[in-house]
Amino acid sequence: MCQAGEEYAEPPAEGPRPPRPGGEQKCVKCKEGLPVVVIRAGDAFCRDCFKAFYVHKFRAVLGKNRLIFPGEKVLLAWSGGPSSSSMVWQVLEGLSRDSAKRLRFVPGVVYVDEGAACGQSLGDRAKTVAEMKLILQTVGFHWHIVALEEVFSLPPSVLRCFAQEPSGTKGAYKAAVDSFLQQQHAPAQGKEGLSQPGTQDPQNPSAPPSAAQTEAQPPIAAQTEALSRLFNSVKTLTAKEELLQTLRTHLILHVARTHGYSKVMTGDSCTRLAIKLMTSLALGRGAFLAWDTGFSDERHGDVVVVRPMRDHTLKEIAFYNRLFAVPSVFTPAIDTKAPEKSSIHRLMEAFVLRLQAQFPSTVSTVYRTSEKLVKAPRDGSAGGPPGPRCLLCMCALDIDTADSATAFGVQTLHLSQMQPPTPPAEAPTTPCCSARVGGAQGCCQGAGPCGRQDPRAHVIEQLCYGCRVNMKDVGLGPAGAARVSD
Amino acid sequence: MPAPPCASCHKARAALRRPRSGQALCGTCFCAAFEAEVLHTVVAGRLLPRGAVVAVGASGGKDSTVLAHVLRELAPRLGISLQLVAVDEGIGGYRDAALAAVRRQAARWELPLTVVAYADLFGGWTMDAVARSTAGSGRSRSCCTFCGVLRRRALEEGARLVGATHIVTGHNADDMAETLLMNFLRGDVGRLARGGGLGSPGEGGALPRCRPLHLASQKEVVLYAHFRRLDYFSEECVYAPEAFRGHARDLLKLLEAARPSAVLDLVHSAERLALAPSARPAPAGACSRCGALASRALCQACALLDGLDRGRPRLAIGKGRRGLDEMGPPGLHRGQVQTPASEAVPSF
Repeated sequence: MCQAGEEYAEPPAEGPRPPRPGGEQKCVKCKEGLPVVVIRAGDAFCRDCFKAFYVHKFRAVLGKNRLIFPGEKVLLAWSGGPSSSSMVWQVLEGLSRDSAKRLRFVPGVVYVDEGAACGQSLGDRAKTVAEMKLILQTVGFHWHIVALEEVFSLPPSVLRCFAQEPSGTKGAYKAAVDSFLQQQHAPAQGKEGLSQPGTQDPQNPSAPPSAAQTEAQPPIAAQTEALSRLFNSVKTLTAKEELLQTLRTHLILHVARTHGYSKVMTGDSCTRLAIKLMTSLALGRGAFLAWDTGFSDERHGDVVVVRPMRDHTLKEIAFYNRLFAVPSVFTPAIDTKAPEKSSIHRLMEAFVLRLQAQFPSTVSTVYRTSEKLVKAPRDGSAGGPPGPRCLLCMCALDIDTADSATAFGVQTLHLSQMQPPTPPAEAPTTPCCSARVGGAQGCCQGAGPCGRQDPRAHVIEQLCYGCRVNMKDVGLGPAGAARVSD
Repeated sequence: MPAPPCASCHKARAALRRPRSGQALCGTCFCAAFEAEVLHTVVAGRLLPRGAVVAVGASGGKDSTVLAHVLRELAPRLGISLQLVAVDEGIGGYRDAALAAVRRQAARWELPLTVVAYADLFGGWTMDAVARSTAGSGRSRSCCTFCGVLRRRALEEGARLVGATHIVTGHNADDMAETLLMNFLRGDVGRLARGGGLGSPGEGGALPRCRPLHLASQKEVVLYAHFRRLDYFSEECVYAPEAFRGHARDLLKLLEAARPSAVLDLVHSAERLALAPSARPAPAGACSRCGALASRALCQACALLDGLDRGRPRLAIGKGRRGLDEMGPPGLHRGQVQTPASEAVPSF
């Protein structure tokens, strides 16, 4: 592949070709077992080595980043799909080890029932939820099942960014681990003295579940109706997917905040993150790539989103789940069976996977590039006070002035075409003109904001570039407006 | 159903809808809007100061034709003078026809034209010779890599010959979007860090460059050329099907169909990328052989030519340019015609 910086290998010598991996090959790691799966570019692993490799990657990602403190409450976002199921399984196994190396946080699981947005009937949704509950009971963590409709009952405070607690230096992490270990080894006068306020004993997952579980109440019919109306009013599948993601994120964060979780883990795999990166580029979210695809995402302030599966490719996850019988449930998503050209997300997914088949290093190259992105505004003005944040995605606004020579400026440009071109105006164009890019000429040339457009314009000017483009496809109904008004 | 009246002059029938905004305009008003927007880009971005001598990279294709035409219209207002510089890469069956178009344009517009050829500048290496040299390595030829680097060098040389102070090229928004996608797919962090803006200010003695059309979408460039009845050369390069850019281009067309603003959204993303300081390119120095702008001891053009001359064309395309001896054979400076390893005359 024409990859920048790729090593040039001398043309292969004319000798005999190396033997293809066949039945006679051994695992490349232990050199003994029979290989069952080929990882990366031709490394054949046997079952045990593969499991060790997989588990090691998971622990290494958590250990390297040192963000999860011992005793912390971590919410696992589980969709039923293979990646998040694998993550939940890894956490389960990691906690149950009887060694000093076992994981040390307190997990909970949340499942969001998105059936209303996907157009599923109540009967189907109930069936899916029942299947989910079976698995959740096997896993044994505290679990919460919420319906997406509950997003309407969220308080407006979810849209504000809470003050960030300092994440602590390396010293703080080590100190926390040491103190936790000391407590573990302290003579146990009953387990109650051991627990810090708010933690649960991870060794007793069979503690009575009723108190901490959030049972799924049957969703209120009016809210289901409102949700379907909201999603039906969105004109493109791209905007629908983005809207769904935003609502889901806010809902999960709300659950985390209400029940005292300080971290949320999502099961985004390496492949998915590479696709997500390319999709974010196409959606105009180039400024926020580090938050969207990095290991930790702390833009919401008090709750940090963490992605521990980001080193695992979809192939590894699929094989692991198959070889070690990790349970997962299939649920149709909003883009299931949608044609390939229907949304930016689908197009990117098809493109990346197709390119990957032709050039097997595509996903890893994109992933490596994503590691070089940093969370900073481009012009390095990180020293000043934090600027305004987008209402929907909580990232710092990346909007230029309306008449600048940039992609944003040129889309809000308002030049009178009857007169010879005049020098650009000093003041940025009024927000209502920027909201209606396709509007006819002569909307309000300096006459001030139109009264009719005011609520929508007011919302739009608080959004980042990417969210503004999405909002163009959304008919902001009363539900949406009520939600976003502060 | 008859076309609606033009949204601007309200007199003529609309002839098109602008891809950007869906506004219906007649041909004259669209051309006026296009020119106004290019003027705005140049003025707001402070790209071409008054009194600049601007070398337009003219290839005979639609982008450079439109660029030259628009700049010629705007030249009195901007206070600049124009020079056309055409580069002859030595691609038989393609470049000769394109150059004929450039010569016609220069005559029609009465602009001075200078043609610089690879064969003269780079010791007899034409693109056809390069393609033959790289063809045997078993992988894709990557002659587009050579062409891109050498053409920029040639343009710089041509611009200096005519005494220009700025170089402009006709890259449009689609080109910028494709470049961004390509750089991510290939993991080219260096180019990601360097690109995405309005051009380069010209460090280390290199001439400042800019791309006045880079916020205009390709569709609009084509429409402008159509309405102004411009004569340009529209065939694609012989080697184009092998380029990796083809993948990015296909993807971009699909994205544009799904969401019309995708091209400008990608340009916006490119403007706002935040890369780690370690990924930023090294501060500019000078090439030890030719003195041009370089971030390493040898500039990329000298490195590529070095590899070609040694019969190892991929020497400079790789990590760390391993094996590249900085004290290579002397006498590879421009102006000295060297006999290349293969024939100089393409055997087509």
